[in-house]
Amino acid sequence: MVDPQIGVLALQGDFAAHLSVLESCGYRRSPVRSCLDLDQVDALIIPGGESTTMLKMIDRYEMREALVKRIRNGMPVFGTCAGAIILADRVSDGEMALGTWDLQVERNAYGRQSESFEADIKVRGLDETVRGIFIRAPIIVDAGGAEVMATFADRPVLVRNNTMLAATFHPELLGEARIHRWFVENLCAGKE
Amino acid sequence: MIERGTARVKRGLAEMLKGGVIMDVTTADEARIAEEAGACAVMALERVPSDIRRDGGVARMCDPNKVSEIMAAVTIPVMAKARIGHFAEAQILQSLGVDFIDESEVLTPADESFHIDKWNFTVPFVCGATNLGEALRRIGEGAAMIRSKGEAGTGNVVEAVRHLRSITDEIRRLSVLPSEQLMTQAKNLGAPFELVKEVAETGRLPVVLFCAGGVSTPADASLVLQLGAEGVFVGSGIFKSEQPARMARAVVEATTYFNDPDVLAKVSRGLGEPMRGVDLRDVPADKLLATRGW
Repeated sequence: MVDPQIGVLALQGDFAAHLSVLESCGYRRSPVRSCLDLDQVDALIIPGGESTTMLKMIDRYEMREALVKRIRNGMPVFGTCAGAIILADRVSDGEMALGTWDLQVERNAYGRQSESFEADIKVRGLDETVRGIFIRAPIIVDAGGAEVMATFADRPVLVRNNTMLAATFHPELLGEARIHRWFVENLCAGKE
Repeated sequence: MIERGTARVKRGLAEMLKGGVIMDVTTADEARIAEEAGACAVMALERVPSDIRRDGGVARMCDPNKVSEIMAAVTIPVMAKARIGHFAEAQILQSLGVDFIDESEVLTPADESFHIDKWNFTVPFVCGATNLGEALRRIGEGAAMIRSKGEAGTGNVVEAVRHLRSITDEIRRLSVLPSEQLMTQAKNLGAPFELVKEVAETGRLPVVLFCAGGVSTPADASLVLQLGAEGVFVGSGIFKSEQPARMARAVVEATTYFNDPDVLAKVSRGLGEPMRGVDLRDVPADKLLATRGW
């Protein structure tokens, strides 16, 4: 995959921010709202937003099976915040996420919006810190065998497992492109 | 270093609500119905706008008991309304831990000269606007999200369209003006120059723009999203319709697929009676809510 087509799940949430980060990098990109759209992409970003809302739309528009299958077959996927929850197989309040990743996640784990925050995050492989925006963010309680690429307050906030990447914060909100670039160059390269 | 309540953190939550529907609810049961339908947030209030319009009297902040019950009933963000200028109500709502405060013309204004100084709060605020100048004044006061006002409780989308078009037309106009005209525009709009300059450069508001006030069917939601809204508030339109759960779900789906007429046709079928609604020509000028605030 020399020039992969990156899809952004566009059912609800900040998908437009992800698309504009991809645009700033010059990557091919498209919104994904159906199985048909999903067939056209080589990799997928699941954005921030309300995981409850997105999962309901995934089920109503019969995308669950196709998503699970593509991800299990190695389609590179990057989830931010709600997107990380959607990939997980154990979610605190029993939410039926896709379960494609052996991750245990607690929703809104820092508290309500009054506890939302921003902080500098040191990411493995990047020289300068990333400003992490955490909005009613989840906590990864158990990352299983995943590689932890960044932590905050001793909790993993950016993890990677083979072709899957998950962040509990929102690099896309500030137009931060380094993590997206890392995803495309390292996880999407060399795929069929 | 951790920072809470920054403009980026406040505006960030609004970004997460995009492409979604925020529904007015008056009980924990209604909140659960809204969440089940796929709402991205709920607005806790004592009475929906059409009842406020019918009942008259002074409309105030919701009882904290009710706000807490609704917060306990759902996992999606919970918003609540404070009266325009009533910073004490806003302090109470912040202390309750609501995720967003709507400084709303739907409630009876508490101050006829000044809106709340929203920079003083860590909780984000959404405010209504009928035009770009009003939107930028609210953002200047610290609003982290704007909704076009429309005319709440009417079930009539005509004012929502008017206000949304006014905001987006003025943004488009600014974006083609030569820089020497921007100060005069700031004066004409009654808006902070720095914000006028920012809008002219980026071609968009610095915060998320939703549409409110009269959206009551899936087609209404599609219309305002096609006109540039990034999501919708639905007040009386859901729980004053014949089948609230179905209407709620249909409006959510119409908001995601606002550009897909086939989906819109499908979700619009057999929803029963929408809320009855009123013709704006039958509403006397002193009963209009959108003229509250400035």
